[in-house]
Amino acid sequence: MDAKITNSILYLDNVSVSFDGFRALNALSFVVEPGELRAIIGPNGAGKTTMMDIITGKTRPDQGEVYFDGAVDLTRKDEAEIAQLGIGRKFQKPTVFESHTVWDNLELALNRKRGVFSTLFYRLTAEDKARIEEILATVRLTARKDDYAANLSHGQKQWLEIGMLLAQEPKLLLVDEPVAGMTDAETSETALLLKDIAKTRSVVVVEHDMGFIRDLGVKVTCLAEGSVLAEGSIDFVSNDPKVIENYLGR
Amino acid sequence: MITDFLLSRHEKKTLIVAALILAAAILVPLANLLTPVGSILHVPDHLVPLMGKYLCYALLALALDLVWGYCGILSLGHGAFFALGGYAMGMYLMRQIGARGVYANPLLPDFMVFLNWKELPWYWTGFDQFWFAALMVLLVPGLLAFVFGWFAFRSRVTGVYLSIITQAMTYALLLAFFRNEMGFGGNNGLTDFKDILGANIQAPETRAALFASTALMLALALIFASAVVRSKYGKVLIGVRDAESRTRFLGYRVENMKLFIFTVSAMMAGIAGALYVPQVGIINPGEFAPANSIEVVIWTAVGGRGTLIGPIIGAILVNFGKSIFTAAFPEFWLFALGALFIATTLFLPKGIVGTVMQGAKNRAERQKAVAAEKGRAVSPAPATVGTPEPQAAE
Ligand SMILES: Nc1ncnc2c1ncn2[C@@H]1O[C@H](COP(=O)(O)OP(=O)(O)OP(=O)(O)O)[C@@H](O)[C@H]1O
Ligand SMILES: [Mg+2]
Repeated sequence: MDAKITNSILYLDNVSVSFDGFRALNALSFVVEPGELRAIIGPNGAGKTTMMDIITGKTRPDQGEVYFDGAVDLTRKDEAEIAQLGIGRKFQKPTVFESHTVWDNLELALNRKRGVFSTLFYRLTAEDKARIEEILATVRLTARKDDYAANLSHGQKQWLEIGMLLAQEPKLLLVDEPVAGMTDAETSETALLLKDIAKTRSVVVVEHDMGFIRDLGVKVTCLAEGSVLAEGSIDFVSNDPKVIENYLGR
Repeated sequence: MITDFLLSRHEKKTLIVAALILAAAILVPLANLLTPVGSILHVPDHLVPLMGKYLCYALLALALDLVWGYCGILSLGHGAFFALGGYAMGMYLMRQIGARGVYANPLLPDFMVFLNWKELPWYWTGFDQFWFAALMVLLVPGLLAFVFGWFAFRSRVTGVYLSIITQAMTYALLLAFFRNEMGFGGNNGLTDFKDILGANIQAPETRAALFASTALMLALALIFASAVVRSKYGKVLIGVRDAESRTRFLGYRVENMKLFIFTVSAMMAGIAGALYVPQVGIINPGEFAPANSIEVVIWTAVGGRGTLIGPIIGAILVNFGKSIFTAAFPEFWLFALGALFIATTLFLPKGIVGTVMQGAKNRAERQKAVAAEKGRAVSPAPATVGTPEPQAAE
């Protein structure tokens, strides 16, 4: 096999997966370049979350190729391995450790050795402390660092989860519906934050909020029924008759 | 590194409880051995092993809480690890009987003579040595837990399914140990012990020493457990309990995390069983009964799972209640226990200790809020109050 199969950070080719006969992904092909920020839109059930499940090792594809960072075959790895390779994921439903403080959530997410004994004897170093403080400032949760994550507002939980992704220092971030439940002000701040993050790594954002997608101002992929319907600038995609019929017009 | 690990970051209440247990380790034997029988300070002979038994149960409940309260693994088979530790100790005690058995056989325990066995089965080798038996107390339950956990956690068996297979495990062992051919005394188990480490097992001094050892072991286990749950590893365990997939996507190998705590917990349960057997004087297959494992869950729930002190208090209180209750209405104990469990689930879902801690926390938050209102506090009051619920182990 070639050492370098692609030059892309993420490369999906002809990926299909079925659940009880229902084709959630149908010969999906999709490429993200290093350093790219990509937005994904599409109707409910289009397969956006399923695509993330495939990339992060939660679901195995029935067929197709999935490569990360050139030549790493993701279909043979499990969640923990893929996370350690440098793919971070924010879930559609914000998922943080509710019975831990904001600080502990970030400490757990920090990209350090993750074995039983490394964690058992772990001590917070000055470097780690500084890193956590930096992330707290980025996601504007410094004032709440000692509060339990359960007591955060919905929007703050979303931000904490993004903060946890940053702590992981991934090469690729998959962000599923980050602005659901946010106020307009929070939404535009999130767009700024993601654009900022994308300066140093690749980001894939799934969102239904078209205003937010416009704010991002990046290449958009529209999925429907498990494959790509259209791809291009937001104006190009939103004027595509198929997209209007399948998604925007509904 | 190890001492550093054990001495760091304990909560004050953990240290207080550990100190209380250590005080009991000294005071109970003193009050038993050195005070005259009529004195109000005197602890009668029969109470010493009874209290020792409660502390063994407390250690067992603490072990269960590490996996259930902190990692969400509802094991309904911890009684099996306890019983295996007990059998390992029982085998040592059997070998100490020597030629003093009914059949006066210097090599074989009575039940083997009775079965017409001519020689000691290979797996009894070494059990005449205390160090070997002590090692087996840890290794046998630990190995079973490791193998069981290796398969279960790797195949991602969780929730009710895991609970059911742990019940099946203890039930299978129950059936196996009932069989005479297994060589563990069948139905009657191992009993009629004479000495432990050369001391008469019935002597008040020996019983006092056994009590003190149990209390010491419980205090050590509490400090150890506290060091574990307050480490980053302990935080990962809570993460697994509350949001397993989040932990995976952060790059943690959840199966290894579970396997380690499950194995350690089984070893703790084994120690509890090993301390239990010399104090009650018998180990038989009944200890593998599925109901025993369920009782441990109830003690832990009553005391407060996910707290370290809760299971200790729960085990002691419920068993103290059981001693009193079974003396008065022996046939109703199981109903009372069931009712207690339902009442706890309905009215005290966090258990006794969890509820008390929550109450204290809420009061502190309220005071802070009141102080803030009066303009005296510098820090703003948080928007919401209280600790989050640990999610139920599905
Ligand atoms: N594990 C699963 N088992 C069965 N069906 C599934 C599973 N995961 C996804 N599906 C189905 O696959 C389809 C695609 O789901 P997916 O969650 O990927 O959609 P989506 O594009 O993320 O939609 P939404 O915008 O609503 O989040 C849906 O019909 C869903 O019901
Ligand atoms: Mg989705």
